[in-house]
Parts: sequence; structure tokens; C-alpha cells
Amino acid sequence: MTSELDIFVGNTTLIDEDVYRLWLDGYSVSDAVALRVRSGILEQTGATAAVLQSDTMDHYRTFHMLERLLHAPPKLLHQLIFQIPPSRQALLIERYYAFDEAFVREVLGKKLSKGTKKDLDDISTKTGITLKSCRRQFDNFKRVFKVVEEMRGSLVDNIQQHFLLSDRLSRDYAAIVFFANNRFETGKKKLQYLSFGDFAFCAELMIQNWTLGAVDSQVDDMDVDLDKEFLQDLKELKVLVADKDLLDLHKSVVCTALRGKLSVFSEMEANFKNLSRGLVNVAAKLIHNKDVRDLFVDLVEKFVEPCRSDHWPLSDVRLFLNQYSASVHSLDGFRHQALWDRYMGTLRGCLLRLYHD
Amino acid sequence: MPGKLKVKIVAGRHLPVMDRASDLTDAFVEVKFGNTTFKTDVYLKSLNPQWNSEWFKFEVDDEDLQDEPLQITVLDHDTYSANDAIGKVYIDIDPLLYSEAATVISGWFPIYDTIHGIRGEINVIVKVDLFNDLNRFRQSSCGVKFFCTTSIPKCYRAVIIHGFVEELVVNEDPEYQWIDRIRTPRASNEARQRLISLMSGELQRKIGLKVLEMRGNAVVGYLQCFDLEGESGLVVRAIGTACTLDKLSSPAAFLPACNSPCKEMKESPLVHPPSHGCRSTQNSPIHTATGSRLTQNFSVSVPTLIYTGMGSGSAGKEGGPFKALLRQQTQSALEQREFPFFTLTAFPPGFLVHVGGVVSARSVKLLDRIHNPDEPETRDAWWAEIRQEIKSHAKALGCHAVVGYSESTSICEEVCILSASGTAAVLNPRFLQDGTVEGCLEQRLEENLPVGCGFCHIPYDELNMPFPAHLTYCYNCRKQKVPDVLFTTIDLPTDATVIGKGCLIQARLCRLKKKAQAEANATAISNLLPFMEYEVHTQLMNKLKLKGMNALFGLRIQITVGENMLMGLASATGVYLAALPTPGGIQIAGKTPNDSSYEQHISHMQKKINDTIAKNKELYEINPPETSEEVIGSPIPEPRQRSRLLRSQSESSDEVIELDLSHGKKDAFVLEIDDTDAMEDVHSLLTDVPPPSGFYSCNTEIMPGINNWTSEIQMFTSVRVIRLSSLNLTNQALNKNFNDLCENLLKSLYFKLRSMIPCCLCHVNFTVSLPEDELIQVTVTAVAITFDKNQALQTTKTHIEKSLQRASTDNEELLQFPLELCSDSLPSHPFPPAKAVTVEKASPMGEGNFRNRSAPPCANSTVGVVKMTPLSFIPGAKITKYLGIINMFFIRETTSLREEGGVSGFLHAFIAEVFAMVRAHVAALGGNAVVSYIMKQCVFMENPNKNQAQCLINVSGDAVVFVRESDLEVASTQQAAATCQPLCTGGEVTT
Repeated sequence: MTSELDIFVGNTTLIDEDVYRLWLDGYSVSDAVALRVRSGILEQTGATAAVLQSDTMDHYRTFHMLERLLHAPPKLLHQLIFQIPPSRQALLIERYYAFDEAFVREVLGKKLSKGTKKDLDDISTKTGITLKSCRRQFDNFKRVFKVVEEMRGSLVDNIQQHFLLSDRLSRDYAAIVFFANNRFETGKKKLQYLSFGDFAFCAELMIQNWTLGAVDSQVDDMDVDLDKEFLQDLKELKVLVADKDLLDLHKSVVCTALRGKLSVFSEMEANFKNLSRGLVNVAAKLIHNKDVRDLFVDLVEKFVEPCRSDHWPLSDVRLFLNQYSASVHSLDGFRHQALWDRYMGTLRGCLLRLYHD
Repeated sequence: MPGKLKVKIVAGRHLPVMDRASDLTDAFVEVKFGNTTFKTDVYLKSLNPQWNSEWFKFEVDDEDLQDEPLQITVLDHDTYSANDAIGKVYIDIDPLLYSEAATVISGWFPIYDTIHGIRGEINVIVKVDLFNDLNRFRQSSCGVKFFCTTSIPKCYRAVIIHGFVEELVVNEDPEYQWIDRIRTPRASNEARQRLISLMSGELQRKIGLKVLEMRGNAVVGYLQCFDLEGESGLVVRAIGTACTLDKLSSPAAFLPACNSPCKEMKESPLVHPPSHGCRSTQNSPIHTATGSRLTQNFSVSVPTLIYTGMGSGSAGKEGGPFKALLRQQTQSALEQREFPFFTLTAFPPGFLVHVGGVVSARSVKLLDRIHNPDEPETRDAWWAEIRQEIKSHAKALGCHAVVGYSESTSICEEVCILSASGTAAVLNPRFLQDGTVEGCLEQRLEENLPVGCGFCHIPYDELNMPFPAHLTYCYNCRKQKVPDVLFTTIDLPTDATVIGKGCLIQARLCRLKKKAQAEANATAISNLLPFMEYEVHTQLMNKLKLKGMNALFGLRIQITVGENMLMGLASATGVYLAALPTPGGIQIAGKTPNDSSYEQHISHMQKKINDTIAKNKELYEINPPETSEEVIGSPIPEPRQRSRLLRSQSESSDEVIELDLSHGKKDAFVLEIDDTDAMEDVHSLLTDVPPPSGFYSCNTEIMPGINNWTSEIQMFTSVRVIRLSSLNLTNQALNKNFNDLCENLLKSLYFKLRSMIPCCLCHVNFTVSLPEDELIQVTVTAVAITFDKNQALQTTKTHIEKSLQRASTDNEELLQFPLELCSDSLPSHPFPPAKAVTVEKASPMGEGNFRNRSAPPCANSTVGVVKMTPLSFIPGAKITKYLGIINMFFIRETTSLREEGGVSGFLHAFIAEVFAMVRAHVAALGGNAVVSYIMKQCVFMENPNKNQAQCLINVSGDAVVFVRESDLEVASTQQAAATCQPLCTGGEVTT
């Protein structure tokens, strides 16, 4: 006796959250059944393995049918085939678009193209996330990217509107899209200590301040691309380190203000020029795409690592950066105050976030 | 020209991409009714076209309005080649034809294609202007309301219940026409869908005409089925109960009484067949009439059974003059009818006087011998024959009427088994004629009929019993005789006194048969049928005893014929009726008493059985009062039984073959283990596992003993097909496979629905079919309803208190009936139906919040929730309006089975689509639920080698508008607070 056909269709579509998670995690039906058995469900319910198998198959089939709709979540809301309570619909969407930290760290900043897709095998092996789940997550990134890439208006709002994600998840996706578009390098060994959250935080600041949308909300691609003009202008900041007098003046202003307030004052004083050169040079280089990609590598190399090796506490880093940005206003020979603020305001936030072990 | 149909095509959405180059579609719509077609403009390059068409107007006869469906076809315009069809929508406009139902059909309909399934949606508005033209010779029956519900619909009152209406139409099946060889599968499927839609319309119109003739205004318990006979044709047939209904909100509107009961002037071409009958004793009285006739078309009429369980004989005389009077009246009212049948399963209080037992008849026919297959005469004659038989069985039980009546067929190649069954009953005549005797009768009813047991009292004469049975005095009133077991096809009467809870009881059986042709095949089948009936009955009886119960309700026995086997599946809900005696246990007797190990085994089995009974009694809370022996009437002595038996038989037949199916002359409930077969049977009795704790199941509308339902319901359909290994198939192996299939299916359901615990599966409806040699298909539709555990626990009082309580609440319910009318009509004024819909969708306030906590309100969803249930009601809600019948037929076919996820993927998607289309039609009518939903057919065929599959599904139900009771309360209190501003109430509720 073999079961040829075995289905269950409810007027309200039954969604089992546990099975949904297993499906999202990319387990095969037999693996999912094994995992469910291990969870002790048979003992709790008195069911047999055959029942569990049938139930799992059924849920998998339902999810498979729903998947097409999940690719365009508004369709899930308007479709008539599956009657699903709104709270469940939201859950389905949110979970489908959720991603693993380990996975996102692997692809963040990479081009979402076929080439990368081939690397998914390696990512799967490295992270222990099933290939199927990797594919789903990757395809989600790519799908969201494609939809919002060319769109006007706020990136987060666009994502929220077209994928009906929660605010939190929409922001994360905005970061992913932003990183993918600008191809920021995040995979270098020295960047491994950074979490997705760190990068997402930086992305948000950069979107808010460094993109076209930050100055003019009527331009295409406003939130996704960095403001080219702004990057061009950043060259002007170079004077802060190129002009020796200005650099000395800057240092003295900062040191005067911070004397007695930093535990690492002497280290700061000794390193000031190096640090300042680092930060200003990063700005000046951003006109080249290649250097934009290396932004985080540079920031860590030029600022985070030197400070860390001198054991700066975070509070000192904050005090320093505040003073460092603010004191530029008292440098008489410097004409690019607004530009500096736009640059340094964001960078300060990023650096503080990036500064940890 | 008595009608104008107006259609507007508004927009489409989610259309499929028809042009690969642009990834877009140039869609337009054809609107067709009868022979008239209109077209919209082509809306270029869009998947969400906005046609916003003019009103297309069709001027048509009301006859056509009833028969024809509105056909909407969405196409993709192609300049250079033929336009590609995207899909179709068929809209039955019947609900617009009666005044009380829907006034407009407006909404999003799924665009359906028989090959691709649902492909986007289309927004359509349909209206009908009817010009009433009463003086014409009527061919139409506009205005007759149809209900699938097998009880008087909730917001109506039955003035008169006229009786049985039936009709049958035949047509050539498009799938078997010569043209089918050259046309595409899509064209063939569409021709079939359209034809069945047309035939359904015609059938409904014709039945409507009969109802008008009887001066009724509605058909209740309308059951329409189609038979795919293959070469010989496609039959659509329907039965129902004609009624004169009165809307409850207008209590004064009394229709003129019409005393003309149905006289269907139909010839009954029946010559009483020479039959060799068999009646058997044993616990089951089997009333069999086997006859073969050499008529033009081959036909074997097969054994028919009267199940009453044990019991008979009563008190025609003891019942007193009232009963005699009642009988006379009923008799006169019913005898004028050809078939005093009622498809209802639940009745107005006082309607059902006595219940005799189940009557059923089956007949085997050969379809290739129909003389004139395109005409309905032959099939009409077949059914008339069977109905006649049912009628005579009912007579034999001392009953004038048959209630809970239904008909079914099973077809395999050219063999067709026709089946009919119902419950013989004595009815109160006041509903059958006019309302004049109402007053006095009602009074007498209350005097004479004790609450909760009257229907159990036997209607037949104790001294002239149709079969042998144990009779006792009623345990409730102690005045009249009752049988010791009662089998019925109806729902449990609301006033019945039940002890404990009920449960689903199933008998399952397979019998192998040799493959044969024509007459030989039909004869083989008809020879097997009586044994199957008998075994099914024995199984039911044993399982009932094992549960410690004494009555079955909602009994439905399905016999399915296949190439090489017959399957029998009986489902019923067992209960313990307080009026009937406590069932005895089951005793096992061995054949070889000398073998000590065998003896031991037997006693072990016996112990197991006794334990099971005790456990079941506890599980279902069956603890009847102890009764002193002297009160119980002694069983009728055996000699009398036998003599009586023989006499009745000689009346009906010359050649009497005494088929003594009982196990000797032992006590009725001795199970004899004389061979492995019997052993298997006993084992199978014990392998039926009870549902997990927190679960109950029944196949009736409501579960006896549970009455605190919450509003959470989940209707579902589950289908399973198993392939039997063709090697050494024996009856035992087959039985085991079938049994496992059903048990596993139930287990899966319990597991799937575990989040709803405590819950009850109601109206569990199993259908078996044998699509191929080694395939068994079981389809189950049911609804899971949660109930409040705390309230259920409160009832752990002594049974006497309980039964007293229940009796009194039942009384109250009866008394509340008129009161409910007032509360029912109250909110209908401030709340037009449209408002009611929004109320349901919106967040319930106050109490509603508490009751509805599992279903949070949806603020942003654009798709309204449509509930579906096989029950005639929605727990915790009031049905405020019936919008019309939903009767839909779909075909789905695929030539890429693997790509669609195999057979499971294909059927899963199709059933989901069917649900979606039903919901969409209900929503477009302005409704928010379908009640009395039933999947009448699910014919699935596959050819995995060719990567093909096809499925036909037929569903029906009543579209309704319901309002949550909690909302009603809130609304009425709020309304009381703000009487001057009734509208603000609605506004508040919808926020």
C-alpha cells in the first residue's frame, strides 16, 4: 500500500510556524521530518511518523505554492487562492525575507550577479546554512535590489511599500541594497570583526547624508548612489592635511580643548597628524570608485586600528572625534565648513560604531 | 422579453504575461449570454487593465435567465494570429432572480482556465431588471428560492412543507462526441463545463416549476448531482423538498393556505417484480427484496435493508386516540403523494413524531442497455422503481413518510449502482398541509408527547412487527415501547435527551470480485451487495456496542463499485439516547471449547473488549441511571419472532430462501470466532483508535453533548489515493488497507488541527471512489469547530441533573424561538446587509474582542474573509440573509503533471482554486459565508506515463450574510445609546 496522493486543503490556509522555519532553512522533507521527530512532537501529540511525514509534505507543498506570491508580497495580500489572516500573511512575508547574519556578511557589498550565485556553494559550506536557504536569501537580496534600484523616493519607504516588510527589516534591506550598489568591500580579514548591524548603521547614515536624495528628493536613484558632486568636492578637504600650518593649527586647537580630558592624551597628541591625514585622505580619494569600495577597509586601517592598538577607550574616541570635527570651524583659512560637516558628521557616526573589538 | 441583464466589465488585475517580448498583455473581454456577445476595447500593454466598459445589455426571456450562465472570456489581442484565451468566468445569475436575495453581483472573480488554473482576476458588475409577467404560460420559475441546507433556513419559517420534488436531465457528454477527437482538451473541457452549467440551470428551472405547481415558494435540502455515464450520456439529477417559507422578519405575511399536496403525474411503470427475498434474523432485521427482471434494459434490483437496529413492535393502541388521529391525518396527507419523501435532516419542533428506522434500496443497472440514452425516461423509471421500494419499506415499518432522504450512484464502466436511503418516520401533519390545525395540535402535542423521547417510540405495531426485535418500555416516559437500538439518516433532533457525548462511527468493507462483462458483472455485483450490506450493518452494530451507545444518526452508507472490487463505507454518529435501553456488551464465543490455549485467547479478547467498552463509556461520559429490572420489558420470545418472519415473507414471494445471516440462534451480540475472518473482524473492532484527547468527531450537524462553540471554524477537504499492491490481494488484506487508509486519514486530520483543541470535527463526510483497478480514493470534507473547554468541564455533574437540565434548556429554547424572531428582526433595520459585511470584517469590540482573540482584525487587507462550512449555521453568529445557491462545476486538466508538483501538487492547487472561486462568487453576491457547503464530486484521473491528469469537482452551498452575535449585542446596545444616530454605530464598529 503506497500513498499516491495525499493532500489537505483548508478554507483558511493552515500555516505551521515550525515547519515554515524548517522550510525556510532549506531542509528537505525527510530532514524536516527527522528534526520534528527530534523535537518530541510525536510524544506530545501521539502521532505516528507517517502522519508527520504527510503533514510535513503538505506544508511544504503549500509553502511552495505560496513562494511565487511571496516574491511580490502585495500579491499575497490581493490574491484570492489562499485565505490567510493578515497577521499570518505578515508573518509569512517577514520570515521569508529574514536572513542569516552569517550569510549576509558573506555577500554584503558584493555584486548580486550570477557570478556571486556560483559562490553560494562555498558560502553554504562555510556558514553551514543549506544551499537552498542561501539561494532564497540571495534571491531575496537580488529581487529587492532590482525592484528599488531605479526607483525615486526614499529607499526604505520603497522597500516597505513593495515588499511589505517591517520597519526594521526594510532598513536592513536598504543597507544591503546600498552596499550592493556601491560594492563596499566588507569581506577583508580585518573587517571580519564587524557585524551586519555595524555596516547597516553606517549605510543608514551614508544614505541620509551622502546620497543625492539627501540634498534633492526629486532625483532618480537618489538614495542608492552617492552624490558624485559631493565626492568630487571632498578633494577640497585635502588642504587640511596638505597645508602644514593648517594641520598644526588644527592639532593645537584639538589638543588644547582635550587636554586633561582624555586618558590617552599623549597617544592622541603623538598620532594626531597620522589620524587626521588618514581621515582626510579617505575623503579625498572617494572620487575613485575603487576607493569608495575600500572605504571601510581604509577607515579601519587608518583610524580604528591605530586607536585600538593604543587602547583608546570608546569615550575618548568620541571626545576626540567631536573635537576634531568641531574645531575645524575655528580654522580661519578653511573655507569648506559645510562640506566638512557633511563628510565628518557621517564619518564620526560610522567610526564610533566601527570602533569595537 | 421579461428580463434585461446588464453587465459592466470594470477592470482586471494580476493577468498573466501573454506577450513574451514585452512581458505584457493586450487584454479584452467577451461577454456572452445565450447567443449574444459583446466585446470590450483592447486595453494595450497592461497586466492590470482598466476597461471600465459601458453597460452591456442583454434582453432575454426569464427562461434563459434561469438556464444560461453569463460567460465572460478574457482574451489577449493578437494582430497577426488568433487571439489567445486567458481564461473564463461563469456567473450564475440565478441569485438575482428572486427578490429577497442579492440585487447585484459585483466583485473580483478569478479568471479560470481549465489547463492553467486561475490566471488573474476580473472585476465585473451584473444586474438584472425583471419585468413580472405572471399571466404568461410559465416556462420559467423565477422567484422560487433554492437552499442546499437540509433544514428550514435560519431566517425563515416553514408554513407548509409540501414534499418531494425531483428532476433529471440527460445530454450527450461532450467528452464522448466525435468532435472531441479533433478539438483541444481546453475546448472539450469548456464545452463540458458549459453544458453542465446549462443543464443545472434547466434542472433548477424545472424543479422550480414543480414547486410552483405545488404552490410552494422554495426548495429546501436541494441536492443536485451529476452522473458521468460515459458513452451513454451525462445525467444531471436533483432532489429536494418543496416548502412554503415565510421570512421571519415579516411574521404577519401568511400565504394563502394551499391544500393541494404534490401530485406528480408520473407514471410508475412498475409491475411488482417477482422477487425472491430474504429476511434474516440476527440483531439486524434485514428486509430484502431481490429481483431480476427481464426488461429491455438489463436490471437487477438488489437487496434492500431496513435498519432499525433492534427493535420494533409498539403501541398503536397503547398510544391512545391521539396517536391514531395523528396517524390518520398524516396518512391522508401523505398518501396522496407519490413519494412522501423529505430531504430534510432537521425539522421544526413537533414535525417528527416517530422514527421507524433506516430504509434503503439499491439497484444495479447496465448503462449500455439504455434503449434511448438521450432521453431521461429510462433513468426516470429506474429511480421511480427504487423510490417505490423505499416507500414500501417505510410502509412495512408502519411509517408513511421517509425523512433524511438521499440518492446516489456509483458507476464503473457500464455498470451503475443506484442507491437511495432515508429514515422511515411518522410526521405531524400540520406542516404538511395548512396551518389551520396548528393551535389545537400543538396543545395536544405538549400533553401527549414527552419531551425528548417521542421520536424513539416505535411507529409499527408490536404484534405485527416487520422484523424481530427486542422492545422495552421507553426509559424516559415508561409509557411506550422503544427498540433497543435506533438507526437513522437524520440529524439528532434538538429535543432528544442524550447522555454523554457522541462519536463518529464507521464501518468499512471491501469485497473482491472477478472482472466480468455486462450481465455477468451486474449479477456478480448484485449477489455481493446483500452480504456487504449485512456486514456493514454488523460492523456498525458491533462498533456501536463497543462505544456503549444505542443509536446512530446521520447514517450514510456508500457502496462503490470498481473493476475488481466493491467498497462499502458507512459513517454515522453514535449517541446514547436516554430513552433507549442500555446496550448489552459484546460476548465472544469460540468454536473449539476443548482447546485450553484457545479458550485463554478468547477470554483475553473478551477482557479487551470489556475494557474498551468501559473506557469508551468514560471517554464519552456515558453514565446512564441504574434501572430496576422489572421496568424493562422482556424481549419478545423467540418462537414468535420466527413464525412472524416466515409469514411476512411468504406474502411477498413464492420461492422463499431463508438466508439466515445470523450466527445461529444465540444472543444477539455474541461474536463467534470460528475462523480467521471472524478473528480479523474482532481485531479490527479493537484497532479503531479513539481521537486524541480534546478531539471529538461526528458526521451530524452538531455534536451531542457539546453546545458551547466558539467562533473559530476551519472547513477543509482532504484527499488520499492509495495504490494497492496487486500481488495476492485477499479480502482481508484489502479490508486492512482500506481500514488503515481511513484511520490514517483521520489521524492526520487530528494532527493537523491540533492547534484548535478542544475541538470537534463536525459533518465529517467521507467519499470513496475507485478511479482505477488498484487505486482507492478517499475524500473527506468536514469542519473543525473549537469549543470552550471551561464550560464543557462544568457539566461534570450527575447525569440526571444533566438530562434534567438539558430537557429544561431545550424547553427554553423552544420557547425562545418566537423571542429570537424579535431580536432577529431588530438589527435588520439599522443595519442594511452591506453594513453587516463590514461589521464582520472589522474588529469586534467588547465581547467580540474576547471571543475573537484568535482572529485579529485585518486593517489593510482588501480581500474580505469568506467562511465556508458544511453546517447550516455559523457558531456564534446569526445568518441575516440567504443570497442564493452556489452550484459550481469545474474541470482542471494538465499535461505537465510533474512540473505542477505531481498528482498531489495538481489536486492541492485545484481544490484551493475551487475554494477561491466559491469565495469570490459569495463575496460578489455581498455575502461573507457559505453554509451547507458540500463537495459532491471529486473525480480524479491520472496518467503519469503521459504526464497528464484531469479532475472534475462539483460543489454547492448557500451563500449567506451573517453577523456575529457579539456584534449584534454591541450594535444593539450602542444603538440604544444613540438612537437618533444609527449610522454612527456602524462607523464605530468598523474602525
